[in-house]
Amino acid sequence: MTEELDAGLVAEQIAESGEQSSPDGTRQIGQARRRKEDAKLITGQTRWTDNITLPGLLHMAVLRSPMAHARISRVDVSAAIKRPGVIAAFSGADLAADLGSLPCAWPVTADMVHPDHPPLATEEVRYVGDAVAVVVARGRYQAADALEAIEVEYEPLPPVLDMEEALKDEALVHSDKGTNKCFLWPFDGGDYDAAKAKAEVVLKRRFIQQRLIPTALEPRCVVVEPIAAANEFTVYSATQIPHILRVMLALVTSIPEHKIRVIAPDVGGGFGSKLNVYAEEVIALVVAKRLGRPVKWTESRSEGYQATIHGRDQIQDIEIAAKRDGTILGLSVDLKADMGAYLQLVTPGIPILGAFMFNSIYKMEGYRFRCTGVFTTKTPTDAYRGAGRPEATYAIERIMTELAVELGIDPMEIRRKNWIKHEEFPYETIAGMTYDSGNYEAATDRAMQLFGYDELLREQQERRDRHDPVQLGIGISTFTEMCGLAPSRVLGSLSYGAGGWEAASIRMLPTGKVEVVTGTSPHGQGHGTSWSQIAADALGVAFEDVEVIHGDTDSAPMGMDTYGSRSLVVGGVAVHLAAQKVIEKARRVAAHMLEADEGDIDFAAGSFSVKGSPEASKTIQDVALATFAAHDLPEGMEPSINADAVLDPENFSFPHGTHLCAVEIDTETGFTKIRSYVAVDDIGNVINPMIVEGQVHGGLAQGIAQALYEEAVYDAEGNLITGSLVDYLVPAAPDLPEFTTDRTVTAATSNPLGVKGVGEAGTIASTPAVMNAVVDALRPYGVNDIRMPATPERVWRAIQEGSSGGERSAAGTVSYGGAQTAATAGGAE
Amino acid sequence: MIPASFDYVRATSVDDAVAALIAGGEDAKVLAGGQSLLPLLRLRLTYPSVLVDIGPVAELRGVREDGDALVIGAMTTHHDIVRDPLIAQHSPVIAQATRLVADPAVRHRGTFGGALAHADPAGDLPAVALALDARFTIAGAGGRRSVPAADFFVDYLQTAVGPDEILVEIEVPKLGDGSRGHYEKFSRVAQAWAIVGVCAVVDTDGGWVSAARIGLTNMGPTPLRASAAEQALAGGSAHNGDVHAAAALAAEGTNPAGDLNAAADYRQHLARVLTERALAHALGS
Repeated sequence: MTEELDAGLVAEQIAESGEQSSPDGTRQIGQARRRKEDAKLITGQTRWTDNITLPGLLHMAVLRSPMAHARISRVDVSAAIKRPGVIAAFSGADLAADLGSLPCAWPVTADMVHPDHPPLATEEVRYVGDAVAVVVARGRYQAADALEAIEVEYEPLPPVLDMEEALKDEALVHSDKGTNKCFLWPFDGGDYDAAKAKAEVVLKRRFIQQRLIPTALEPRCVVVEPIAAANEFTVYSATQIPHILRVMLALVTSIPEHKIRVIAPDVGGGFGSKLNVYAEEVIALVVAKRLGRPVKWTESRSEGYQATIHGRDQIQDIEIAAKRDGTILGLSVDLKADMGAYLQLVTPGIPILGAFMFNSIYKMEGYRFRCTGVFTTKTPTDAYRGAGRPEATYAIERIMTELAVELGIDPMEIRRKNWIKHEEFPYETIAGMTYDSGNYEAATDRAMQLFGYDELLREQQERRDRHDPVQLGIGISTFTEMCGLAPSRVLGSLSYGAGGWEAASIRMLPTGKVEVVTGTSPHGQGHGTSWSQIAADALGVAFEDVEVIHGDTDSAPMGMDTYGSRSLVVGGVAVHLAAQKVIEKARRVAAHMLEADEGDIDFAAGSFSVKGSPEASKTIQDVALATFAAHDLPEGMEPSINADAVLDPENFSFPHGTHLCAVEIDTETGFTKIRSYVAVDDIGNVINPMIVEGQVHGGLAQGIAQALYEEAVYDAEGNLITGSLVDYLVPAAPDLPEFTTDRTVTAATSNPLGVKGVGEAGTIASTPAVMNAVVDALRPYGVNDIRMPATPERVWRAIQEGSSGGERSAAGTVSYGGAQTAATAGGAE
Repeated sequence: MIPASFDYVRATSVDDAVAALIAGGEDAKVLAGGQSLLPLLRLRLTYPSVLVDIGPVAELRGVREDGDALVIGAMTTHHDIVRDPLIAQHSPVIAQATRLVADPAVRHRGTFGGALAHADPAGDLPAVALALDARFTIAGAGGRRSVPAADFFVDYLQTAVGPDEILVEIEVPKLGDGSRGHYEKFSRVAQAWAIVGVCAVVDTDGGWVSAARIGLTNMGPTPLRASAAEQALAGGSAHNGDVHAAAALAAEGTNPAGDLNAAADYRQHLARVLTERALAHALGS
């Protein structure tokens, strides 16, 4: 690999060299090319990990704790071993010497409490679903049957379910640690106390980010293929992070890194849930090593709901200080974030990512952030689409609307008054981020136009006046987010365990075809298509002539994988930079072939020509073949025009946008229907508008799901009672409105393609837009908040309580003391 | 999500199926469309020793006329019910309710009789059968017997169908000129079970209601009739005010369970609201 590139410098070079285009003159970037990946995906000619079969493959099944918290007094696998087809069965103690502790790569503070995380529990179980023993059998059914023969004796310990109760340290999740507090992470920007002292109004709200369960279409799965004689292992995993997984498996199991190859075959969605190093990946590797035979494990949906990370789960105490004219002076955020029972790969860092986003697009003088991480006896939390930013965006966008209501100002006007104006970029925020670019005015103007804001306001008033049983609510979310997770030195300052760079290689094949090797690991994002468009434009080759290789540590050896909307802004830009290097090498060969000076060679549309005599030209394919033959290359030149690039970006990227939502609430039943939804996103330049559209639609669905549908609920014993798709309600197409989407384009200045991320924007923006609309519809009933999800029952009860002159505060939030349990979920008895 | 092992018998006639059930003993189970049974098997919530698949039994499929009644084969799929011309003509409420069952994939495999014999209190069709005064033909070793809807739904997931019997067909009276029905379903997402559902069937004569039959979904361990509301409607006017007053009695005598989606009092409230809406639809107002 080569030296890192200075993106800004390259941007200038590209600007000077002018646009390049494909041989037929059509620029690929910006075109809605159909995804190359889809033909195989929709015809089932796929390599999902579970489709992989190997000679002698054994199937692993995992016995899981039925208790939220208990001491394990006995595990006896002897009867299971006698069951038909069973090859082996192991307790935690049997494998403890090889398994190590699952990694957490983000120790957010020096004194963070970091408990051991055995992949198979040995002494205690700490959540329902904690792995206790495994069976390995010839058949998957045999393995599942044999689980029933394992005997485990538990001595129950008290479950710890409520974060505020947990912080009293009366019952401990990890008794050896003496506390349930994982960390306290403080951050201050400006002087919040001074800002508050000047305030004419101070508004406080408690918002609850309910616990969510990521639901990727493809369940997790791992296959380990050992070559015992060589002590070599190929690990196929339905993961977002083959490269990170390889490093971590080596660290955890002490199998040397160069003896492990990780492959992420076709992967069917992740949303952060496959951005992890899971117990089953480590166990399967260790078991395959012990047995010298390939081992497969595939989770069932209900198993995954217990044993794959959950998302969100925060208590947010927010205070905003302002002048009566609506000018914001300061913001204080006190978070409690549920870690669950253990720290997974980046668990503690997720709420910390939000620290830089609560201030959002608004200017202020003082900002205070405190985050307390809390252990409970529940499934560990970690990154879920947006990871920290949806939580932050929700809190600020909800309280901005509440402040507007308090002050009698239109909720859009109060935002306009406080946001960073387009001429003020680059802008250093109170949280220390430098927003390179943005135009909130343009996105908002477009959204308002598409939405028909004034007409809806008029209709709302009419419905209120005639006491229509169907009330209309209007919600606003003017959001920004940070994606790309870079540069590496900033991640280092946040104690993140890895860098934020990304690698790309371009291989020019003798026949003129192109292989792009990327370190990103797509699992639905369509990098095969978008990276082809980038390479085709840069190299002047046909879109169809580009193949993108990814997800295998042998063929794509260097990478940081896919999460945090980083792939395009880091990995896609790296492809572009590698292509520039290819052109520079090829220019030298072309000059030699054309017997001209290198400085006199122009490159356009895939062709090198001599300045002033365009008829003398060589295509990049000619150059590739000549380089392959290597019969006559410039003196001292290596016979290769292939090139690598590793990009460490200079900054995050900051997509933004304005989302507007209108809901109709049936006040007789409490049912909320989204009537219209307008999303105007500014994600800078667009590589493939169709893929962007898909990302926005999917993101909106998931953000709306948090607002109206999804919630992980535990009962008083710590059982996950929303443990399957029957009880955990994931909305589908009939439940969602037709979205109106549009874009404004303010190119990012931090990368040469001018692109920003889009993978999470829809999710981040939509939850507060919907909830602001729901609360807006209910204002006449004295309602000023609703716990998410705003289920029909919660909405109906809020109306009943509000209109009967009861507590003016929100249904559900008043007495809420922590994480979701059946007793506090509002509907259960 | 892996079922325990079981034996599988493929029946080709009703007699064949009954014989297989008797031979299979107490733990034998009928496999119809499988849309409820297979998830239970995969979650290991049930461990039948034998599954008797009645999918190949041709005589169990289809809809026919029998005088003033329609006779619906138990294995007629939801998909076929929705498109059946006789049902569209004589009892469109069945198709209207069936369209709301789960999702298209389930409706292609799930069956009318299977949904009724499974008798999930949150299932949509039991309340419809109840409101239509359906009769159920059950076959066993001793031949066939006919059971009225009022006696068919016995308890939570329990019907009058014995362990070695199968449901053969369901007979519903054709709705006459002045009779109309409507099923009103309330659920949080389109493909979910009903939180509450109400099927109202009314017989009208001019502006008067001569009789009303109201079936309630998920208001108890079995589908229930809203008898108090029915009585208030019978012989009364079809005016909105009278309908509203009658609907207010819809939850009378019910004792619904509370769950994640709805506490009991909210369920009762929904029953009243949905009854009024179902009646309004049925009365065309």
